[in-house]
Amino acid sequence: MIRDITIGQYYPADSVIHRLDPRTKLAGTLIFIVSVFLFHTLPGYAVATVFLAAVIKISKIPVKFIFKGLKAIFLILLITMVFNMLLTPGEELWGFGIFHITREGVSMAVRMAIRLIYLVVGSSLMTLTTTPNQLTDGMEKSLRPLNRIHVPVHEIAMMMSIALRFIPILLEETDKIMKAQIARGADFESGNLIQKVKNMVPLLVPLFISAFRRANDLAMAMEARCYHGGSHRTQMKPLQYKRRDRLAYMALFLYFAVAVAFRAAGI
Amino acid sequence: MLIELKNVTYTYSPGTAYEIHALKNINLSIPDGQFIGIIGHTGSGKSTLIQHFNALIRPTSGAVLYNGEDVWEENYNRKNLRSQVGLVFQYPEHQLFESDVLSDVCFGPMNQGLNREQAEEEAKKALLQVGFKEKNFRKSPFELSGGQKKRVAIAGVLAMNPKILILDEPTAGLDPKGRDEILDQIAELHSVRGITILLVSHSMEDVAKYVERLIVVNKGEIAFDNTPKEVFSHYKELETMGLAAPQITYIMHALRDRGLKVDPNATTISEAKEDILRALRESGSPLLKGGQAE
Amino acid sequence: MGIIKTVKLGFDYFKYDEDGNVQETQRAVDNVNIDIPEGEFVAVLGHNGSGKSTLAKHINALLLPTEGTVWIDGMDTLKEPELWKIRQKAGMVFQNPDNQIIGTVVEEDVGFGPENMGVPTEDIWKRVDESLQKTGMTSYRHHSPNKLSGGQKQRVAIAGVMAMRPKCIVLDEPTAMLDPNGRKEVLEAVHQLNRQEKVTVVLITHYMEEVIHADHVYVMDESHVVMEGTPKEIFSQVDVLKKYRLDVPQVTLLAYELKKSGVDLPDGILTTEELVNVLC
Repeated sequence: MIRDITIGQYYPADSVIHRLDPRTKLAGTLIFIVSVFLFHTLPGYAVATVFLAAVIKISKIPVKFIFKGLKAIFLILLITMVFNMLLTPGEELWGFGIFHITREGVSMAVRMAIRLIYLVVGSSLMTLTTTPNQLTDGMEKSLRPLNRIHVPVHEIAMMMSIALRFIPILLEETDKIMKAQIARGADFESGNLIQKVKNMVPLLVPLFISAFRRANDLAMAMEARCYHGGSHRTQMKPLQYKRRDRLAYMALFLYFAVAVAFRAAGI
Repeated sequence: MLIELKNVTYTYSPGTAYEIHALKNINLSIPDGQFIGIIGHTGSGKSTLIQHFNALIRPTSGAVLYNGEDVWEENYNRKNLRSQVGLVFQYPEHQLFESDVLSDVCFGPMNQGLNREQAEEEAKKALLQVGFKEKNFRKSPFELSGGQKKRVAIAGVLAMNPKILILDEPTAGLDPKGRDEILDQIAELHSVRGITILLVSHSMEDVAKYVERLIVVNKGEIAFDNTPKEVFSHYKELETMGLAAPQITYIMHALRDRGLKVDPNATTISEAKEDILRALRESGSPLLKGGQAE
Repeated sequence: MGIIKTVKLGFDYFKYDEDGNVQETQRAVDNVNIDIPEGEFVAVLGHNGSGKSTLAKHINALLLPTEGTVWIDGMDTLKEPELWKIRQKAGMVFQNPDNQIIGTVVEEDVGFGPENMGVPTEDIWKRVDESLQKTGMTSYRHHSPNKLSGGQKQRVAIAGVMAMRPKCIVLDEPTAMLDPNGRKEVLEAVHQLNRQEKVTVVLITHYMEEVIHADHVYVMDESHVVMEGTPKEIFSQVDVLKKYRLDVPQVTLLAYELKKSGVDLPDGILTTEELVNVLC
């Protein structure tokens, strides 16, 4: 189940999209998300589809891999569609008791489904082509202006990248602790909700203690390697816009202009 | 006959690109009362193997039998099996969670259905058996030293009165004295309580000193299963598996190559000492001061 | 004065009660005087809780003395306002390989130290390339640290320290969590750095076999330095070491047992070769 979620996963490949500056990709994702809400007609969605398909093609990520990520949101998708179909008033297509499916409802449901799918595919494209480190670097630099209103941007970015590094380690550790406790007769499956929560104590206590210990060790290791905050720090891989980023921005603005024009023209 | 593995194969992520055959067609039987060592380099499959013994892992194919019964039968009581086949993992930090030592050790027996009073009785017995002092019963397990934590972890499993005790590298991270103390305690559990012991270890010296049967796991298969002496005589093959013989074996081989007629299969210090003394006497070595040698 | 020097070093751990008042103090290091010349390979032996880790953390100014003085390359750790200058001179490698790697890619982790020191970007790359090569980790530079073996992780940690171009590396039980092959791998890397780069090495350990090739050994017990000398001098005192919860290498122990049984052998035999040479 956890393995099915492709959001937040990195897919290593050698493509232009992979090499783009993370800031370009962040901006691109933002623009795409906005565009999905600007478009509301079939021709509009066609434009978005072409754009998305082109990006997927260039990114060299197997289509199958991207759609695997949709499995995780399948349930949400289904619920959204059903609610939209049943609860939107309008011309009735089919009715049974208190349930009425309307033409407007169906069209709304389809639109919502498309938006939701495109949102997930669009944002997972970003994480699939960007390493977590680049992503945090990109966010750190994009959000740097917030430093002036005393938002600790560097610290937040550092925390994010450390969290990303330790998630797999802690997942593995959770598995080991569970096994150690099951070997002592612990039961993590049966019982009602309250019992289940109670049964989690032998898992959570060692996990928290270990996490704190790791945090403590890591803080010391960082200090030992001369870490003293974000000031006077240089970067091994500083972010620099290249020609390909300028081209990407041009393409993005063009696409965005089309989206705005479609909306203005009511198509 | 206690545990039997029949044609056990285990595959991680079967049917995907990440498919790994962790165990391949393993046949093994663990009878009552043995003291067994398991060695194999990291990634050889030995961790996967020991987790089959108490049904923490379900084999991809093949059967695991306990006293002749298939433990993966529909209605088999695997919780009960886990109290018969105790498994102590490498890091005590992964299981200690209660606010005091005694309560922590009670966790296992209480999961078996004992009430607090009965559980405490078992817990006390187990703690004393691993050499944990009564005055420390009320201490927090997190304040203890590495060696003490290890004892509490072992007691936590021992308190369930297992017939078999599997220990995954119980001496990792301990200093030399702590290591010897824990191993002696384990050997005592074997000799006094008659518990079958399976000891997973990276130290050839330790297994040579303690176990009567040595199983070598390599690339998901059983490479050797014999007495330590016999297994270590294949030290050249062990080296190709990322393992080695005890240092003593190398010394004995070196001595023999230089003409001292010693038995190269000695694996422990005391064996080596006796054999070298004998060889020196027979060759009339000037190193032996007259009459002093026993 | 050597690169590392302590005079009458003492350190107390404080235990606080719920109101933040000092409840009790515990002496972890007491009256320690060591002087380590540049370029040496020094080992510190001691059982768990003997104070050897606390001593190590003073060399890196992660802990500051309660009493006495520590000089690193002539800098007094109590008087230096910018502690990171000391930390750059004396790098540190810790026990748990997972808890000291910060980067999600090997090369980025190696670059972390130089980044913190404010080294210009091109220089960081040069240092990273060099350190990866010195530790034999170049072919893993694009890997995720999570996919590496324990020994490889420790080599990445060592590369990360080397990239700061330190004069000295302190390794606090770097092999305690590794298997025998990983131990060998890490030890070889450290010895090579000592020989080829002339880096001063302080190795904290309780594995006797790792100490045999050191230039000088300190033994700690109950927060004091109780023995010091060459490995030969130290290991010739088998009974004393046992008293300190320690051990001797198997060869040494065998030679010792033979000697007790009346074989005329010299004290402190450390290698198989030595033993074979005297016996045959």
